[in-house]
Amino acid sequence: MADSTTISCVKHIETYVDSSSSRSPSQQDASLDALAKLLLNDIITLELLVREMEMYLTTTDNIIRARGILLLAELLTRCSSKRVEDKTVHSLVGFFADRLADWRALRGALVGCLALMRRKTDIGAISSSDANAVAQSFMQNLQVQSLGQHDRKLCFEILECLMDSYPDTVMSMEDEFVYVICEAIDGEKDPQCLLLTFRLVERLAQLYPESSSSLASYAEDLFNILGSYFPIHFTHPKGEDDAKREELSRALMLAFASTPLFEPFAIPLLLEKLSSSLPSAKIESLKYLTYCMDKYHGNVIQEQHKPLWSSLKDIVLTSAPSSLTAGSRYEDNKVADEALVLVQKLIQQDNDSVSFLKLILNDADVNMTLKNLSNYNNYDDIAVTDKQRLNAVSRILHVSAAASVASCNAIFQSVFSELVNGLQSTMQEKDYTPGGLKFGYLYVCVDLLTACSTLVKPTDKTYLDKETWCTMLHSFCPLLTSSFVKTMKESTLDIYTHTGVRGLQILASFPANFSPVSKSTFEEILVEFTSVITLKFNNASIWRFVLNALVEIGSLIKKSDDSEKMASFDVIVVEKMLPLLSSDDLSMPFSLKVGAVSKIGMTNLKYMRKIVQELNTAISTNLQKYWLDGNSNSAEHAMLLLECYVDEVLPWFQNVKDNDNVPMHFALKIWNEIEDNTMFFDSLNDKKLLETTMNGMKRAVASCSEDSQSTILDKAFSILSSSTSFQVDESMQPAEYSCREEWIISLFDSVIIALRPKTQVKNTEEILQIITRALSNAHIPSAHALGSLFNKIPNDSLEEAMDITFNKYIVRFANGNGDNEIGVSNLRLSNVNDGLVTSDAIVVGLAWVGKGLLMRGHEKVKDVIKFFLNFLISNRSTSSGSVSSSEDCDDLTRAVADSFSIIMSDSEACLNRNLHATVKPLYKQRLFNMVMPILLAAIVKSDSPIPYKSMMHRAIAHVISNTPLSAIIGEAKKLIPLMVDGLTILSEDGKNRDIVYNLLLVLSGILTDKNGQEVIVENTYTVIMCLNKLVFYQHMMLVRETAIQCLTAMTELPYASVYRFRPEVLQTLSRALDDPKRSVRQEAVRCRQAWASISSRSLHI
Amino acid sequence: MTLGLINANPIVREKKERITRPDHVHLHSNDHEALDPLDIYDIVRDIRDPEHPYSLEQLSVLSEDSITVDEKLARILITFTPTIQHCSMATVIGLCLRIKLKDCFPPHFKVDIKVAPGSHADEEAVNKQLNDKERIVAAMENPNLRQLVDECLYSSEL
Repeated sequence: MADSTTISCVKHIETYVDSSSSRSPSQQDASLDALAKLLLNDIITLELLVREMEMYLTTTDNIIRARGILLLAELLTRCSSKRVEDKTVHSLVGFFADRLADWRALRGALVGCLALMRRKTDIGAISSSDANAVAQSFMQNLQVQSLGQHDRKLCFEILECLMDSYPDTVMSMEDEFVYVICEAIDGEKDPQCLLLTFRLVERLAQLYPESSSSLASYAEDLFNILGSYFPIHFTHPKGEDDAKREELSRALMLAFASTPLFEPFAIPLLLEKLSSSLPSAKIESLKYLTYCMDKYHGNVIQEQHKPLWSSLKDIVLTSAPSSLTAGSRYEDNKVADEALVLVQKLIQQDNDSVSFLKLILNDADVNMTLKNLSNYNNYDDIAVTDKQRLNAVSRILHVSAAASVASCNAIFQSVFSELVNGLQSTMQEKDYTPGGLKFGYLYVCVDLLTACSTLVKPTDKTYLDKETWCTMLHSFCPLLTSSFVKTMKESTLDIYTHTGVRGLQILASFPANFSPVSKSTFEEILVEFTSVITLKFNNASIWRFVLNALVEIGSLIKKSDDSEKMASFDVIVVEKMLPLLSSDDLSMPFSLKVGAVSKIGMTNLKYMRKIVQELNTAISTNLQKYWLDGNSNSAEHAMLLLECYVDEVLPWFQNVKDNDNVPMHFALKIWNEIEDNTMFFDSLNDKKLLETTMNGMKRAVASCSEDSQSTILDKAFSILSSSTSFQVDESMQPAEYSCREEWIISLFDSVIIALRPKTQVKNTEEILQIITRALSNAHIPSAHALGSLFNKIPNDSLEEAMDITFNKYIVRFANGNGDNEIGVSNLRLSNVNDGLVTSDAIVVGLAWVGKGLLMRGHEKVKDVIKFFLNFLISNRSTSSGSVSSSEDCDDLTRAVADSFSIIMSDSEACLNRNLHATVKPLYKQRLFNMVMPILLAAIVKSDSPIPYKSMMHRAIAHVISNTPLSAIIGEAKKLIPLMVDGLTILSEDGKNRDIVYNLLLVLSGILTDKNGQEVIVENTYTVIMCLNKLVFYQHMMLVRETAIQCLTAMTELPYASVYRFRPEVLQTLSRALDDPKRSVRQEAVRCRQAWASISSRSLHI
Repeated sequence: MTLGLINANPIVREKKERITRPDHVHLHSNDHEALDPLDIYDIVRDIRDPEHPYSLEQLSVLSEDSITVDEKLARILITFTPTIQHCSMATVIGLCLRIKLKDCFPPHFKVDIKVAPGSHADEEAVNKQLNDKERIVAAMENPNLRQLVDECLYSSEL
C-alpha cells in the first residue's frame, strides 16, 4: 500500500518536474493537485515528500531544480491551512531562504518563503529568527528591479508580509531595511507592482515612529522615488485604465500623507504641479493637498500658506465660470471646486491663528474686486473677465465664511458693512433705475448669506447670537430685506430678480429661534412672495422661481418642525392660496393656480389635507356648473383640477400612511354630486371631461382599501339602481341613455374596474345585468368593467356569473338556445334581427371577458376562445350560407379577429396592475400555445377566398405581435411562412398598416436573434421577396424603413444562402433611394452598402 | 512610397456637428421630403482624402454651399476646391464623389462634378475628365485606381 502511494507520488513529481514539451501544463497542474490532495489527507507526510524529492531539489540541472523547488513551494501554498510541525517549518524556511541566492531557481524560493511566512502561529509558523534569516538573505541576494514582473511582485509581497507579520524583526534592522525598500521600489513601472510599492511605503511610515532616525534620513530619497509618479498618468491608455488609475492615485495619496516627514518635499512638489497646464494634474494636486493637510502638522504648513494662497487664488480666478446665475452655480468646474475645498480646509485648520484668512482678506486682488463693485453698473455691461473675477472672489468669500464661525466673524467685520452700504446706496441714488442696480453688491451679499446659513444648525442655536456676524446680520437685516424685495419686484432682468429671491429665501430659511432674523422679517418675506404668486403670474420665470422658493421654505419648516414659523406660513401663504381655487377671478390662468396650490400643499400633510378639501369643493362646483349648462369654462377647470388630483395629489398620498380617507372622500363626493344633480344639460358632448373624471374615479378607487371600496360600490350601486332606465326588464331591448345616465354608468364602470380582488361585491347578478345591457348599447367602458369583474370575482361565484352572462344575456341577445356552447350560427342569426351594432359590441365585451379570464388563468377562457376560433374558421364553410351581405359579415368577422388584439395587448384603461388585476405569469404564452396550433391547421387547410383568409391572418398577426419574442422564436420554424403570408395578404389593404408594422417588427426581432436567423435561412427566398415588396409599402413610412432594416439584417446570414438574391435586392434598393421620405432613403443607402459589399472583397477595408 | 506628398501640410479644420433634422412629426403623412444639399453633403462629407487621414470636410475641399440640387430636373452639381492649385489628386477626389453619389442616389440623377473656378491650374482639363463617362468607366476598371477609391470611400481611419 505504502509502496503504491510512493510510486504514484513519484510519478506525479516526475510529471510536474519534467520540463520537456511532452507534458501539457494542464497535466502538470493535475499532478500538483493530486499531490496536494495526498498531503492534505495525510496519506503522505511532508517529510516523506521532501525525501522523495531530494534529487530534484539539489540537482545541478537548473531547469529541473527550479521546477522541483517550485513544486515544493506550490504544495506549501496549497497546504497553508494544514498543521505542520514547527521543526519542519523551520528547516523548510531555512532551505528557501538559502535558495534566494539561487537566481536560476528563484521563483520557487520566493513562492516558498511567502507561503511559509504567511502561516498562522497555531498551525506552525516561522519564528522571528527565521524571519530575520529570510530578510537577511533577501537583502544580500536580491536585486529586485532586475527581476521579471511576477517575481518583483512576489518580492514586494514578501516585504509587505515581513512588515505586517514580523514588525519586531523589521524594527531591529532599521536603516538597512529602509534602504532595501528604497532600492527595491526605485524605478518600478508596472501598475500592479506600483500599487504594492505605494502600500509598502505607507506601511513603512506607519511602522517607524516619526522620530526614527532611519526613516528621517531616508525620507528624502523615498519621497523622490514616490514623487516621480505624481500625477498618475498612463502614457499608453488602454480601455479599462480609469479604475486602475483611480486606485493607484489613491494609494499614492495615502503614501504621500503617511508621514509628516514627507511634508517639506511634498508641498513644494504639489505646488509646482498646481501650475501645470494639465487640468487633471491640477485636480490631483489639489486633492492630495487637501488630504495631506489633515495628516501633516499644522504649524509646518503655515510656512507654506503664502505660496499656497497665491496658487489657489490663481486657479480660482482663472477657472471660475463667468456666468453669474443664482442658485446652483457650483457645477462642471472640478478644478475650481477642489481649490475651494482646499481653501476651506486651510481656514478650518488654522482656526486659532487666522493667518490664512488674513492672507485672503488682505489680498490686493480680492480687495480690488470688492472696491470695483461700485463700478459695475449694469449687469450686461460687466465684462466677461470681470464677471469671472467677481464670481471667483464671491466664491472664495463664501467658502471662507462657511469654514467656521470665527472666519465668518472676520469676514463680516471686514467686508459686510461695506457691501450692505453699497447695496443700500445704489437703491437710494436719485438716478436709480431697476436695471442699473449694482449687481456686484447684490451677488456677493447673497453668497455670504448662503455661507451663513450653512453655519446655523437648527439644533444648536443660542450661543451663536453673541457672535459678531450675527449681531451685524441683525442690524442689517431690515436693510437687506428691503433691498432684496425691491430688486425682486422692480428689476426687469431675470438674473437680478432671481438673485433677490434667493437672498430672501435664505433669510427666510434661518430657524425661528435664530434671533438675527426676526419673525416680522420672515413674515414680511412670505407676504412679498405670496403677492408675487397671486399678482405677477405674467412673468413666468420669476413666478416659478418664487414658487420654488416658497416650496423650499415650506419643506424646510416641515423638516425642522418649527412650530412658530409654521404658524406664520399657515396664515400668510396657505390661507391666501386656498381661495385661489374657488375664486372667480379670471385674470390669473387657472392652471397656474392649481399648480401653485398643489405644490405648496406637498410640503406638509397638514396643508395637503386642507387643499384636498378645497380641491374637492372646487371640482364639484365646476362639475355642477358644467352639468347644468354645459359651460365649457367650467369643464376646462374641472379637467385641470382632476388632472392635478390624479397626477399630483393621489400619488403624494400614496407615500403617506393612513391616507385611505382622501381618495374615498373624493369618490364619494363625486357620487354625491351626481345624486344631487338630477337635472343635466341636454347636449353635453364633451367626452374628454367624462374620460378625465372616469380616470380620476379609477385612480381614487384603486388606491382605496377593500372596505372603502365596498362603501363606494354600495353608494354607486344605490344611485345606479335608483335610475329607472337601468332597471332590467324582460324585453332586454337596448336602452337609450340620457347624458346623466351615461355619466352614471361610465363612472360605475370605473368603480368596478378599479376594485381589488378581495373586495366584496354584492348584487353581482344585478350588476352583471346592468353592465351587459349597457354593453349592448356599444358602451365600451362597460366591456372593460365586465372584463374586470370576471378577472376578479371569487372562483365560486364565477361559474354562476358565467351562466348569467352567457346564457341569459349575451346569448339572448344572440337569440341563442341557452346552451353554454355559444353557437356561431346563433350569433349570425341575430345579425339579421337586431342590427349589427349589438353583435359587434357583444364580441368586444366577450373579448374583454376572455382577457379577464385568461389573465387569472381560468379554464373557462377556452370556451370564449373556442367561440372566436369557430367563428373565424367556420366562416369559410358557411360563407355562401345565410349571411345577408358579405360586407356586413366582414365587419363582424373583423371584430372577432380584432378581439385577439384586445385579449393579448396591455391596456391602460383596465386590467392592469395599477387597477389590481389578477395576473398569472406567462398568460400571453398560454394563449399563444392554445390558439396557434388551431389557427395554423385551419389556415393550411383553408381554401377559402382571400377576404376570409385575411381575417384569419389578422387574428394571427395580433396574437404573434403581442406574444413575447422568446416564445415566438421557439416556434419560428412554423411561424415564418405564416408571417410572410400574413404580411403579403395584409399589406394589400392600407387600413391594416399598424398590424403590418407590428408583424414586421416581430420579423425583425427574429432576424436579430441567433436562433431565429437559423430558421430564416431556410426561408430566405420567401422572406426576401416579401421584404422587397414591403420596401414600397405606400401607406406607412415606418413599414418601409423597417423592411429595409430587415434587409440589412439579412446580410448577416450565411453568404451562401443570400448571395443569389443580391441583384434583386440591389435593384429594389436603387428604387428605394428615390423614396419620398428622407429616413427611408438613408436607410436604403446603408442597406445598399451592406448588400453591395457581401460579395466584393475590396469593400471590407 | 518614395514620392513626396503633393500637399504635405494641409490645413485641417474641425468637423462640424451633424445637423439633426427635426423629428418626423407626421409619420403617416405622405409629404414628400425633398432632396436637399444637406442630404448630399451628409453623404459625401466623410469621404477620406486620398493623401491624408482626414475627411474632405476637414480639409475644406467640400462645403454645404458647394452643392446644388434640382430635384425636378434630377440634377446634382458639386463644386469642390482642391487644397492646392496643382493637386493631381483632384481627379481622384472627383472620381470618389461620383462613385459615392452613384451608390447613394437614384440612377436618374445627372451628376456634374467640377472644381471651383480658379482653384486648379488645369481647371478645364480636370472638369472635362471628371464628367467624361467613358473615362470614368475606364478608370474604375483599373484595379489600382479602384482600390484607391474604395479606400477613400469606406475607410474608417478618420
